[in-house]
Amino acid sequence: MKAKTASLHKQARQSYLSHYAMLSPFLIAFIMFTILPILASMLLGFTDFNMVQLPNFVGLDNYVRLLFDDDVYMIALKNTLLLALVTGPIGYILSFVVAWLINELGRRFRVLFTFLMYTPAMCAAASTIWIFIFSSDTQGFLNDILLKLGVITTPVSWLTDPTYNMTVVMIITIWGSFGTGFLSFVSGLQSLDRTYFEAAAIDGLRNRWQELYYVTFPQMREFLLFGAVQSVSSAFSIAPTITGNPSTNYSTHTLVLHILDHANIRYEMGYASAAAVVLFLLMILAWTATNKLLSKVSA
Amino acid sequence: MGKIKSWLEELHVKNSRVILSRSKTGTFFIGFFVALMSAFMILPVFYAVVQAFKPIEEVFAYPPKFFVKNPTLDNFKIVLKLAGNLWVPFSRYLFNSLLISVIGTFITVFVSSMASYPLAKGRFPGRQLISTAIVWAMLFNGNVTTMPRYLIIAGLGMIDTYWAILLPALASTMGVFLMRQFVISTIQDSTLEAARIDGAGEFKIFFSIVMPSIKSGWLTLVMFSFQGFWNSAYGNYIYSEELKQLPAVLSSIAAGGIARAGAGSAVTVIMMILPMLVFLVSQSSITETMSHSGLK
Repeated sequence: MKAKTASLHKQARQSYLSHYAMLSPFLIAFIMFTILPILASMLLGFTDFNMVQLPNFVGLDNYVRLLFDDDVYMIALKNTLLLALVTGPIGYILSFVVAWLINELGRRFRVLFTFLMYTPAMCAAASTIWIFIFSSDTQGFLNDILLKLGVITTPVSWLTDPTYNMTVVMIITIWGSFGTGFLSFVSGLQSLDRTYFEAAAIDGLRNRWQELYYVTFPQMREFLLFGAVQSVSSAFSIAPTITGNPSTNYSTHTLVLHILDHANIRYEMGYASAAAVVLFLLMILAWTATNKLLSKVSA
Repeated sequence: MGKIKSWLEELHVKNSRVILSRSKTGTFFIGFFVALMSAFMILPVFYAVVQAFKPIEEVFAYPPKFFVKNPTLDNFKIVLKLAGNLWVPFSRYLFNSLLISVIGTFITVFVSSMASYPLAKGRFPGRQLISTAIVWAMLFNGNVTTMPRYLIIAGLGMIDTYWAILLPALASTMGVFLMRQFVISTIQDSTLEAARIDGAGEFKIFFSIVMPSIKSGWLTLVMFSFQGFWNSAYGNYIYSEELKQLPAVLSSIAAGGIARAGAGSAVTVIMMILPMLVFLVSQSSITETMSHSGLK
């Protein structure tokens, strides 16, 4: 008995060692090229670094300025939250639903439709068509149609009019949301354990909707989590430039545009870093909430 | 008795497996809906491709036309001609791109898969912390970390070498997280226990059980990382002309002013071809892997 426990302990210790060995190439690179730069940026958030002179420690000045002394930041914050809360869930749910529907078709159709849905993510130039669709003159595709139908009498500036441009950004974002998450759903659905479906069929599920709810959904939990991280991170990082940068009265200005503006144009790296830290906290909050929601739904 | 018979009819057996029967009408409507969605998604891409085949007067025709009247290969010829006049031969850029994309993809997929197994199934201290750190790192906006990362890479003396591209690629948080989710949902602990009782070491388990089971995972990751490497110019890290990759030279060809607008569209089309092929190959290799449920 004693000998057996000793050998089990030895085995466990060996598996620790092997596990650390397997992890190490990733872990070393992760610390060097991801964690250290992130920590450095967090520290820079407490300085006035301008990328030319050495940084000076300024305490919480950047954060005070962000929260109390930057009207544009507040607009960006409001826009980002609105965009994220609308496009995030819609894009996420749509990706899953479409992936599931595609999975219901045979293998050939699955490959074909997955390809068609994912192609925009492989072709950056595809988004140029939106400029033509939402062009502000009478020849713009949307204006042309609406004028002919008599819905509007004068052409609308879809991209620069603050009444409309937020909606336009949302439409384009949702169109572009079939990316990493979507593809992971498609391949995740392919790797589910068939036996559960057989058991459920024998247990008396009546149709595919019941199967989706009782079998597929709980089994897809890990992939839904992966997709959720991708969704949160992209929904909060929307940086629309189609509406002009800066847009009319900052109507579609977002946190990432604000960060880019201060980091790359004004060389206020310290300030930009502080803004990035606040964005990071927002995303963690959103991710935690999504995570809680998912464990309720797919438990 | 009649009740049992009626649900037996609802089940049907395909390849000696019981599956839930699908209504034909339902499948038809699903197909119809998905086809509509895909058409909506593909139209902008189609437009971008058509642009590349338009003669210059059609590119600038106003209002723009969706279809091309006189299709031409001129734009591609311009790109080829400009590519032929380069100081560094064009084939060199192509070679560099292929080299980086293939090696980079291989490294990313291998290292991510290997790290994902202990993160998903291990019991060592620090496992939860690392998993959380990976997710949080994915939520940190990359725009402000570019400069600290550059300083680290420069400090290691890797600027203007391919190490600057390949070593950071080892830290693919997205890759590790994706593979970890695949390991958790496809591999049962009982399978691993059985292998351990048979005396298999962790590396043996990883190569002979884990890797084959998560095939659809790494096929997906191959796609993501190939696309990433293929489309990046790495302008910050590489300045020697003979080490640069396709996106660098093609974007400078396309950036030659208004007259190059057509060439720019041709460049987009050229760059799309290989990722699309990789996509099609990897996606059609993902077959239903539902059979391997371990212990039976």
